[in-house]
Amino acid sequence: MQTLLFALEVSLNGFMTGILYALVALGFVLIFKASGVFNYAQGVMVLFAALTLVGLQQGIVPFEHLINNLLGTSIHGFGWNMPTFLALLLTLLTMLLLAWLVEKLILKHLVNQNPVILFMATIGLAYFLEGFGDLMWGADLKKLDIGVPMGISDTVEQATYDWFGYGFFIDRLDITASIVAALLVIGLTIFSQFSKTGRALRAVADDHQAALSVGISLRRIWVIVWSIAGLVALIAGIFWGSKSGVQFSLSLVALKALPVLMLGGLTSIPGAIVGGLLIGVGEKLFDFMVGPMIGGATENWFAYVVALVFLLFRPQGLFGEKIIERV
Amino acid sequence: MDQTEATNRNDTLMDIVKVTLRFGGVKALSDVSFNIQRGEIRAIIGPNGAGKSSMLNVINGFYTPQEGEIWFEGKLRPRLKPHQIAYQRIARTFQNIALFEGMTVLDNMMTGRMIYMKSGLLSQLAWWGKAEREETENRLIVEKIIDFLEIQAIRKTPVGMLPYGLQKRVELGRALAAEPMLLLLDEPMAGMNNEEKEDMCRFILDVNEELGTTIALIEHDMGVVMDLADRVVVIDHGEKIADGQPDEVRNDQNVIDAYLGVSH
Repeated sequence: MQTLLFALEVSLNGFMTGILYALVALGFVLIFKASGVFNYAQGVMVLFAALTLVGLQQGIVPFEHLINNLLGTSIHGFGWNMPTFLALLLTLLTMLLLAWLVEKLILKHLVNQNPVILFMATIGLAYFLEGFGDLMWGADLKKLDIGVPMGISDTVEQATYDWFGYGFFIDRLDITASIVAALLVIGLTIFSQFSKTGRALRAVADDHQAALSVGISLRRIWVIVWSIAGLVALIAGIFWGSKSGVQFSLSLVALKALPVLMLGGLTSIPGAIVGGLLIGVGEKLFDFMVGPMIGGATENWFAYVVALVFLLFRPQGLFGEKIIERV
Repeated sequence: MDQTEATNRNDTLMDIVKVTLRFGGVKALSDVSFNIQRGEIRAIIGPNGAGKSSMLNVINGFYTPQEGEIWFEGKLRPRLKPHQIAYQRIARTFQNIALFEGMTVLDNMMTGRMIYMKSGLLSQLAWWGKAEREETENRLIVEKIIDFLEIQAIRKTPVGMLPYGLQKRVELGRALAAEPMLLLLDEPMAGMNNEEKEDMCRFILDVNEELGTTIALIEHDMGVVMDLADRVVVIDHGEKIADGQPDEVRNDQNVIDAYLGVSH
């Protein structure tokens, strides 16, 4: 009984990590569906959003290292902390500006190019953004605290202790993240199903020519899609950043999104969510049950092995469109 | 007789003047001129690869010709982006059905109303005021077209699940939802069985007569065209070889040669 409850607790924790994976994967799916671009920079966008938020909130002067080195000054921060709300708003605006610039400077010039060329362009964007973020806000590890509840939830521990005689350890950050992610997904779904722009987004995802013929501007839709992806990146950045600090390694969470995408399919929003949850729960449970037999630390590779198996037997993923090769 | 001079300018919806379209060194259209009059069904025919689809894509704004002018509603049309042409109320269907497969029939047809919906992103996010009113108003118009095309029963069905003939009809519906001044149909009968062809013919005639919509269509099947069209323009090797009433065109030696493949 004790073991079963423990397994349940592990799964629940995995479930919540899975939601965070799903959040990053969602950013990939949104852009891929609308424009057929695999956005390699999604992970770096998560990092960049988190960096900008921390930088603004802590009153770091943008490019202060660069300015100090060039001008011989020794600026170190504005000396104030920006209110969290204002910092969030400004970060959001930065992500929207980024979306607009990406369309203006990159996508616009690569219309009708081979997908692999667009993919390469996003690799370039990833490296640029990574360096730019460091240059702007400094490369040191930063602590992100915008008042998201953290620490083990006493309420959940007490309640589960009363019911089962066994207290569950669940981080309040994970609970908050799950709720926010759920709201985000519900919001996006409603928006895409019931609004004019949502309909246009789905239209562009289905057929570019037909979308043009009914008067939808592809470029406007791309800006909107990249903006939504920027918003998703910001939310993922807030939770991952609060969890593990803001620094370069944050962009590597995107690597975990890849097996999620393999599992769920690159073209399916429900796929990204289910994939994220399966990987999250799967890796925790696997580590719990099989880990001790093979020396532990299975979390590092479990997701990739699952992805590999999927690539062999169902390359389009659980929910992806069937790959049809026209001859 | 030169058609352009013969017809009253006021009756001309679109005037295509000496249009030349090149892809690199290949001439897809050379010096093609004809007009489309208000309220008529105008057919563009020709053998495979003659340049019919290119012509439609020029009218629709997907291709920009290197030379020539397009006059629409008495005004010289400036160079526009493809999606802007839709705002001039020129709607079209495609040879290989281009519906939004993941969406329902209703949603597909609502995209046809896109050009009339002006609510901002924020108002849509809140589903408030203008955005909500707009959805309701446009939905009413779409429902009328659904009735007109007799597809009430499938309005909530994802179009990917419909048989070919019905998909073609939905595509026509999406174009009609835009209440077009000019409706372009790219081989509306292609790949259909006889029954579906008859249905489609009837709908095209109904659209023309009951809604008064001007139609320009490309068709491969000569028989169908002769029954349907008011006037026919024939294109071969990117050049106009005949233009006139179906009967005149049918007996034109150039046309007979082109269809039988006599070398020039």
